Amino acid sequence: MKVKLVYFAWVRERLDKPEEELDLPETVVTVADLLAHLKTLGEEYETALQHENVIRVAINQEHAEHDEPIAGAREIGIFPPMTGG
Amino acid sequence: MSLTPTIRVQSEDFDLQKEVDKLTAGRTDIGAVVTFSGLCRDEGGALSALELEHYPGMAEAEMRRIAELAIERFSLQGLTAIHRYGKIAPGENIVLVIAASPHRQAAFDGANFVMDFLKTSAPFWKKEHAASGEARGWVPAKDADDSARDRWSKITESPARGG
Repeated sequence: MKVKLVYFAWVRERLDKPEEELDLPETVVTVADLLAHLKTLGEEYETALQHENVIRVAINQEHAEHDEPIAGAREIGIFPPMTGG
Repeated sequence: MSLTPTIRVQSEDFDLQKEVDKLTAGRTDIGAVVTFSGLCRDEGGALSALELEHYPGMAEAEMRRIAELAIERFSLQGLTAIHRYGKIAPGENIVLVIAASPHRQAAFDGANFVMDFLKTSAPFWKKEHAASGEARGWVPAKDADDSARDRWSKITESPARGG
């Protein structure tokens, strides 16, 4: 499955890129699977995603829980907790 | 729900009075207008700027979702939410929420509700720049902001009466 990943704030900085397109293996079903898969892609991913419980994810620009399936996702946003306002 | 909130995400500043005027122009049914504006602080001279990053598209969508929840829940007559992005100097505006209703309590609650949810679920992130000009790092999320949001799910009775 081909998907566009977009990164923000310190996730973006630690990965040193704002976005990328990835071809995900079939075994990646949920958000948690995706985060686990990303961590195998290199040290920068491991560093950026090491505190998995604080990492927030949005599927097609809507907040998603870590146990949600990513089927049908065109764009997945990965970012730290929000601090606007 | 017929009322459409005004939602904007922009780098330029906003004028509080102009936005209130736009919301109330030609209206004779509004009895209360509550405005909240959030400004950049210098933290006792330690900061030269805040840099606001956002998720374009999702930021607007999430603000709209929150605004629509507030309109429904507090029967608001008007709602404006504007959030800036980019580098913002101490003393400058960051965010504006305007809520209008027939009576004061719904307007107060509506503005409060929008801010509590905006802080915890609208995709914006703040980075601090030190007085020296150097980047100081990202502002950590606060548990207190989550608690402020969560209290709305404990309030079961409609607080929007009287005024």
